[in-house]
Amino acid sequence: MAMTRRQRRITLIAVSLGVLALAVGLVLSALRDSIVFFNSPSDVVQKHVAAGTRIRLGGLVSPGSLVRSDNMQVQFQLTDGNHAVTVAYQGLLPDLFREGQGVVTEGALDPAGVFRADTVLAKHDETYMPKEVADSLKKQGHWKDDYEKPGKAGKATP
Amino acid sequence: MIPELGHYALVLALALALIQSTVPAIGARLKDAQLMSVAEPTAVAQFIFVALSFAALITCYVTSDFSVATTFQNSHSAMPLIYKFTSAWGNHEGSMLLWVLILAAFGALVALFGNNLPATLKANVLAVQSWIAAAFFLFILLTSNPFARLPDAPLEGRDLNPLLQDLGLAIHPPLLYLGYVGFSISFSFAIAALIEGRIDAAWARWVRPWTLLAWMFLTIGIAMGSYWAYYELGWGGWWFWDPVENASFMPWLAGTALLHSALVMEKRNALKVWTLLLAILAFSLSLLGTFLVRSGVLTSVHTFAQDPSRGAFILAILVIFIGGAFALFAWRAPLLKQGGLFAPVSREGALVLNNLFLTTACATIFVGTLYPMVLEALTDEKISVGAPFFNATFWPLFVPLLIAMPFGPLMAWKRGDLLGVTQRLFGAFALALVGIAITFVAAGGGPVLAPFGIGLALFVIGGALSDLAERSGMGRQPLPVVYRRAAGLPRSAWGGALAHLGLGITIFGIVCESNWAAERIAAVRPNETISLRGYDLTFEGLTLRRGPNYTEQVGSFVVRSGDEEIGQLQPSKRSFAARGSTTSEAALLTRGASQLYLSLGDAGADGSVTVRLYHKPLVLLIWLGALVMFLGGALSLSDRRLRVGAPKPAQPKLATLRTEAAE
Repeated sequence: MAMTRRQRRITLIAVSLGVLALAVGLVLSALRDSIVFFNSPSDVVQKHVAAGTRIRLGGLVSPGSLVRSDNMQVQFQLTDGNHAVTVAYQGLLPDLFREGQGVVTEGALDPAGVFRADTVLAKHDETYMPKEVADSLKKQGHWKDDYEKPGKAGKATP
Repeated sequence: MIPELGHYALVLALALALIQSTVPAIGARLKDAQLMSVAEPTAVAQFIFVALSFAALITCYVTSDFSVATTFQNSHSAMPLIYKFTSAWGNHEGSMLLWVLILAAFGALVALFGNNLPATLKANVLAVQSWIAAAFFLFILLTSNPFARLPDAPLEGRDLNPLLQDLGLAIHPPLLYLGYVGFSISFSFAIAALIEGRIDAAWARWVRPWTLLAWMFLTIGIAMGSYWAYYELGWGGWWFWDPVENASFMPWLAGTALLHSALVMEKRNALKVWTLLLAILAFSLSLLGTFLVRSGVLTSVHTFAQDPSRGAFILAILVIFIGGAFALFAWRAPLLKQGGLFAPVSREGALVLNNLFLTTACATIFVGTLYPMVLEALTDEKISVGAPFFNATFWPLFVPLLIAMPFGPLMAWKRGDLLGVTQRLFGAFALALVGIAITFVAAGGGPVLAPFGIGLALFVIGGALSDLAERSGMGRQPLPVVYRRAAGLPRSAWGGALAHLGLGITIFGIVCESNWAAERIAAVRPNETISLRGYDLTFEGLTLRRGPNYTEQVGSFVVRSGDEEIGQLQPSKRSFAARGSTTSEAALLTRGASQLYLSLGDAGADGSVTVRLYHKPLVLLIWLGALVMFLGGALSLSDRRLRVGAPKPAQPKLATLRTEAAE
């Protein structure tokens, strides 16, 4: 089945366009379904984020709000100074999870307005503030300069 | 004194780089042999001076000289010697010095071992390599001087980030940089070819060993980073689709595509412009990775410190080199003589398919990695693009590649016989079907796609084995002949098959780990037992232990399988006083290629402790496969045909015949 030059060229272009179209389709559908928006507690309250929508929620853990119960259930309040949202989580908290410090959680609100987190990201040392949390605190006017001492950064991924 | 010497050596290296980046290029333009011959000694001297500078930095760290700012910030006198050594590159300044050390090393290697290169090409390659070096020397000297002194030398350092106090820091960054930075050579070859306006099959033959070398180190570097994250972070995950991981994975995909397209160029004198483009792309993605990691646009454990001036400087380097390279490409590539078109069903056709899927997969990762940053810059909206996005885009593009993979090496050049190849892959198909059937029965009711994943991995493995069997005439010849032919196969044939085999092994491990890993989180009191998959772990209590620069709480667990005691697991939680931070050290028990993984959570008031226990079936295959890929690359690299360079122009016909006969 010898092909002419023209046929070869058309085959090559058709296959390339096919793969490209597949890639574009995949990217667009994945961007619609699987990206997660970052919100501060104020965003959650003001924008009326719908229950069940997967979001990231970041803020400071309100001092004194951490409650541990059986089966490794924990509850705490996340605040950005103006509003606070109750977060419920089951599992091990990261090593550096502490009251008064910044964390980012991922999950969805339940109908009662409690944020059901399945992931809690804290940072690698005591001086670091997650960038998203720092930005939202600045926006809310509750930023203190001593939050950002020099230090190493990072959520718990390599 | 030593820091000043190190600093001075770096300045001298910059001066040499400036000479090397101009004089040989002018020499190549004027066809002046004397000017061109400047390149080799300067490349070697440049490497020697960077090496001296690096040695000076190591000395500062090993001797705990806290008058040096970076040593103060990242080291501690009580650290074990190995970490004092590795903490030299566990920070921004030191890791950039390691970066240029490897860049200069590759330049010196080309100068010393590139004897078969035409004089003008070699001069241009070394000049281009030196442009990159000069830019990064300037970057270090102007924004990231690792030798800066503190006015009052503190008595004690601030310690290294505890997560980095691990053997992984000795292995992962140097290997990864050897890969990352190694692609600079392919880039320099591409730019040199564009400058000369000439490119032929011989160019592909010269550039391939260097690409292969970089690819080998990148493969093993990524794998080691993944294993490090797996055991250090305590979550049992080995790949997070984190932007920093993607930054190393994109050059790997582009580099893999480059290796394959250079093969077509070498054998069939086709895909020339495309190969050039890939060579530029692979290193551009490495530079992009350096920018993402070093500029502070990302926050991760790799982003040691955030300083906007550094980000702007690297961005400028990025724009100049990538922009310049693509502009040069757009201007000169149309002048290059195009190769011929070829039949879709052929070895070269299969390699084009490989390239198509690798580059589009790379592009989807590129979009997913950069989209959140672009969106935030434009709209101030913060989003996170995580594993769901990458799993939904990468795998649908990678699976067809894996299906096509066994066909490629069995296909003949020029005109392949798809039906014949399918028949010769009978063994691989059979292996895959048996694997699917067994998985269905054994794992019944589990994830639907899992058996097919197993089948696919076995198909890739079987395909690599069929390739070797076919080449050595197995089944058609008596055994002694098969043995002799197998031993006589070119090493590059063995290398290619091994690399494909390694990928199959990795995929097998990934499928097993992601479908059948079991997890248990529980609170245990002393003498209580938790069980997972037939393993019983009895908690014997917490003890306090003192390390050199930390204290740790160690939980002791006895592991039994049935009635037999098979080992101890001692996960711990370490507190580092100097930084006031804590890390979890997971404990691993290896059974064959599977692992039990135990990490410690918080201790309760009643003497209980929460633990996270995983059983990870065949998880070690993920990294073992990468090791096999590395060995395959090494075997290929040791093939004489790759090293002896191009055939002499006087006998091109003969040489082509010989290589085709050897295939």
